[in-house]
This record gives sequence, C-alpha cells and structure tokens, in this order.
Amino acid sequence: MKLKPLYKNKTLEFYGYEKDINLNIPYFENGVSAGFPSPAEDHMNSKIDLNDLLIEHPSATYYVRVNGDSMLGVGIVSGDLLIVDKSLKVTNNCIVVAHIDGEFTVKKIKKTKKKIFLQAENTNYKPIEITEEMDFELFGVVAHAIHHFV
Amino acid sequence: MIGLVDCNNFYASCERVFKPNLKNKPIIVLSNNDGCVIARSNEAKALGVKMGEPVFKIRALIRKYKINVFSTNFALYGDLSHRVMDVLKTEVKKLEIYSIDEAFLDLSDFRSSERAVFIKKKIKQWTSIPVSIGIAPTKTLAKIANHIAKKNTEKGVFTLNNEMIIKKTLSVFPVENLWGIGRKYAHKLKLSGIKTALDFKNADAKWVKHNLSINGILIQRELKGEQCYKLKTYQSRKKSISTTRSFSKEIKKYSLIKEAVNNFANNCARKLREEKSCCSKVSVFLMTNPYKSKSKQYHQKITLFFPTATNDSLEISRMVDKALKKIYINDYSYKKAGVIVHEIKPEREVQISLFNKIDIKKRRNLMYSLDKINMIMGRDKVHLASQGIDKKWQLKQEQLSPCYTTQIKDILTIKI
Repeated sequence: MKLKPLYKNKTLEFYGYEKDINLNIPYFENGVSAGFPSPAEDHMNSKIDLNDLLIEHPSATYYVRVNGDSMLGVGIVSGDLLIVDKSLKVTNNCIVVAHIDGEFTVKKIKKTKKKIFLQAENTNYKPIEITEEMDFELFGVVAHAIHHFV
Repeated sequence: MIGLVDCNNFYASCERVFKPNLKNKPIIVLSNNDGCVIARSNEAKALGVKMGEPVFKIRALIRKYKINVFSTNFALYGDLSHRVMDVLKTEVKKLEIYSIDEAFLDLSDFRSSERAVFIKKKIKQWTSIPVSIGIAPTKTLAKIANHIAKKNTEKGVFTLNNEMIIKKTLSVFPVENLWGIGRKYAHKLKLSGIKTALDFKNADAKWVKHNLSINGILIQRELKGEQCYKLKTYQSRKKSISTTRSFSKEIKKYSLIKEAVNNFANNCARKLREEKSCCSKVSVFLMTNPYKSKSKQYHQKITLFFPTATNDSLEISRMVDKALKKIYINDYSYKKAGVIVHEIKPEREVQISLFNKIDIKKRRNLMYSLDKINMIMGRDKVHLASQGIDKKWQLKQEQLSPCYTTQIKDILTIKI
C-alpha cells in the first residue's frame, strides 16, 4: 500500500490512495444501458480500505474498547476503539494492553535502567512499577486508536 | 520430518485469552445445550472432572472448587483456531489442518528443535494460545512425540529423531493411546500380550495384518519410521455435511420440529453453496431423550434422493419436510434432530435430470443473492418462512462468553 501526497498545508496533509489496480468490474444483470458513458469511468479506482492502512498483521490484531481517562495525554479518550497488534515488539514509550493481577489495562511502557513502569498519561494517576511478585503479562501493543466524533 | 502442533486444552485456553483472571483456575466447557463436559483446563482435570461427564453430576464439585463453567463459544474458538493456523502458514510451506486445534507441519528442512520452539513462541505471542509440538519422521510418531511434549516437557517441544529415543519412548507408551488404535483393537492387542507401542512395533506383521487389517500394518510401518500417511495439504471435499442439534427442552409439537429441521436444512444448503457443491441425498433423523430410560424411546432416520443434485435451500427444505412427515410420530417428545446431506459432488458436474422442473439458473441466482445479503446483513437475515422466527428449539447456552473477536458489540472493554 502506498500513500500518494495530494495536498499539504501547515497543519494537515492529505493523501490519496495508490494500490495495485484491482478493479471489480460491475456486473449488470439486465444488460448495459446504451446512454452516454460516465466520464468518471476512466478515473475510477478501487475503494480505500482502512484495513490496509490500520491492520498490518490480521491474525495478530485484536480490537479493544476503552473506558476511562488515564490515557488522555496521548489522545486516548473514553469510548475509543484501540487496534492492538500482538505481533509487535514492545519498546520503551509504546502504549500497551497488559494485565496485572488478572485485570486488563492500557498504559505506556517506561523503562529506566533497572525498573519498568506502566505509566498513565494523566497526572491524576501514578505510575505502576512492575515487580517480580506481580502477576504481569503483556497482551499487545496499541497500534492505533480510533476516535468517533459522530 | 513431520511436526504435530496441538493447542493445549484449546477451548479452555480460548476462554482465558480475554479473561486473564482465570489463569491457573479450573475451567470447563460444556457441550451444545450445556449438557456434558467437553473440555477441561489442567486444573479441572486435576480435580477429577472427567471428559464427557454430564454437568448435573458434578454440580457439587463445581461449587466447592469454584470451577469456571462456559458454554461452547464456537465463534470465538473458530476465530482463534484460524489465527493459530494462519501463523503456522507464515512459518511452514506445507500444512495439514487436522482439526480445530491440531495441524501437521512439513518440516522436511528440519535441523533442530529450536525452530519448533520459535514457532511455539510466535503462536503464543500472536494469539495467546499455548501449543505443544511433537516432531518425528512419521505422523504416528509425531502424535506420540506431541503427547510427550505436552505431558513431560517444560518447553512443550519434543523430538523423536533417533532409534534410541524412539525405542525408549515407545517402550512406555501404552498401545491404546496410539493414533488409529480404537478401543476394540486395543483390547485385542492386550489379550495377545501387546501392551506398549514398542510391543506393537515388534509384533509379527502377518499376525497384525490378520487381526487388525491393513490399517494396523500402516500404523506398524509408521512406528518403524516409514511414512505411510502423507500430509494432506488440500482440503478434500467433504463426504457429507450435517447439522444436528439437541433441543433445549423436549419438543412434541410437529410445527416446532418442522421449524428446527428446516433451519438445519438451510444450514446444510448454505454450507454446500459455500464450497460450490451439490448433494444427491438427504437424511433426516429424530430421537427421544436416551437419558430418560423410563420413558418410551424412539429413534428413526430416513434418506431421500434428489433427481438432480442440488444445493438449493428451497428444494432441500421441501425434501426435508417430506422426510419428516414420514418419520414423525405424535406419541413422543423429541430431544434431538438432525439433517445430513450426502453424495456430494462439485456444482459444475451436476447432471440435470430429465424430470427436472425448476429453472436451475434462476434459482442459483436467487440463492446467490440470498447468500450475498446474509453475508452483509448477518446470518439468516433473509430466510425461508419455514425456518420460523422465535426459534424455541434453540440451544441452551447460559454460560456463553462474549464473541470477543468476531462481534463488534462483544469486543473487550478495558477500564483505564
């Protein structure tokens, strides 16, 4: 999948969608009408598929809905849909879904020299240090958040 | 070499993926209709819960040890199974999907068990499902290796690759646990003093052929390291497709049973169309509750033929109605019914009978449209009137977990 830059200003970039041409020829059950052909016909492309953009590893991708405000700082708002890719490697500062003592949570991974923390992106929440005694397991890396405006 | 990947306690493991608080807790999964135990986590096995046990018999045990009980959630298990198989496809060139939780791998380029350890880790990371991998020169030996991998190893990978290890392993492997040896054969073998897989490997081939037929010979050769069962990498066309269900309550009323079997017929027809096949025969069966030994029992099956092989929902439904009329008796309450379509052949090979009355082309278009609409709008959104609406006969699934991966309304919600 390639993104084709279309237009750019200071704050926004617009992209078109370029993909190997894969046209589905429409099938007309009752024959084709003989009117003037649509001038747009030659410029038609396949439709944009968000799956191509958002899902790199389909068999490792899971969806998660969030509820809460602890990750507001990175733009994860209550009600957002997260796209979680379990195949991705966990790195410092990435956002992860993990479970601690049997409960799921979404936090940012913070590694220092000796310690690992799960950090909220909201000053009302304290970082959680991951210790040996904890029952801690990573679920996957949050690759995208989808926010609904309507 | 051949590898056998088997998911550990698959259904129980699926239930755990989205419920991490069930880690190390006993889990059981019940059959359709919440009747019997069909899957157990290791913890539940340790508590003595048996496979196939009716759930009413272990109510006290469930309460005492707080066993987590689930109805079968095939949408979830099916999706996770697909994911496991997809990950495997990225790792090996050839793969035979043997069941929902098992696959044989072509490991002809096998060098060390490191590779299998990597595959196992990758599946765990991508899907959260723990698997065991057995590696050996033949399928039968790979099955044994998998058994050992699951029971006796830390890393869940075991390789049977030299004579010494094979001999040692077979000498303690009970013959009844061998792949392809049923209860009847196992009994026969034991009577003749053949108790372990090694005994069987060393048994006289003539005796085996005489007593266990050709299959016995093939198993014996496989134990000796000769590949008799090849990897089936293509999905062979099914021989029959069936939809059978137990009802949540016993049903006496004809109209309700008719509604149920019409749904089963439609389900079979849809599956036939999915694989572009047609069937020439359809069977319908009805049975009373076999667990109620005091009440009168009735079990009847009938098979009818189609003059022209078909996958048309309307035709199959009509035939099923005809069949049901012949076997239904008003005196009984029925617990289970089913529809089986057989003599399946590819759609394009169908010969049209002289007596064919319907416009096949038109009907195919109708079915195509029906499937297309239902694919977009949801299963059975458009259906035959005979399938009914309220479906009183439907499954009892009181402990069903959400379809976390296949229904947007059911996806996991996390409080953050």
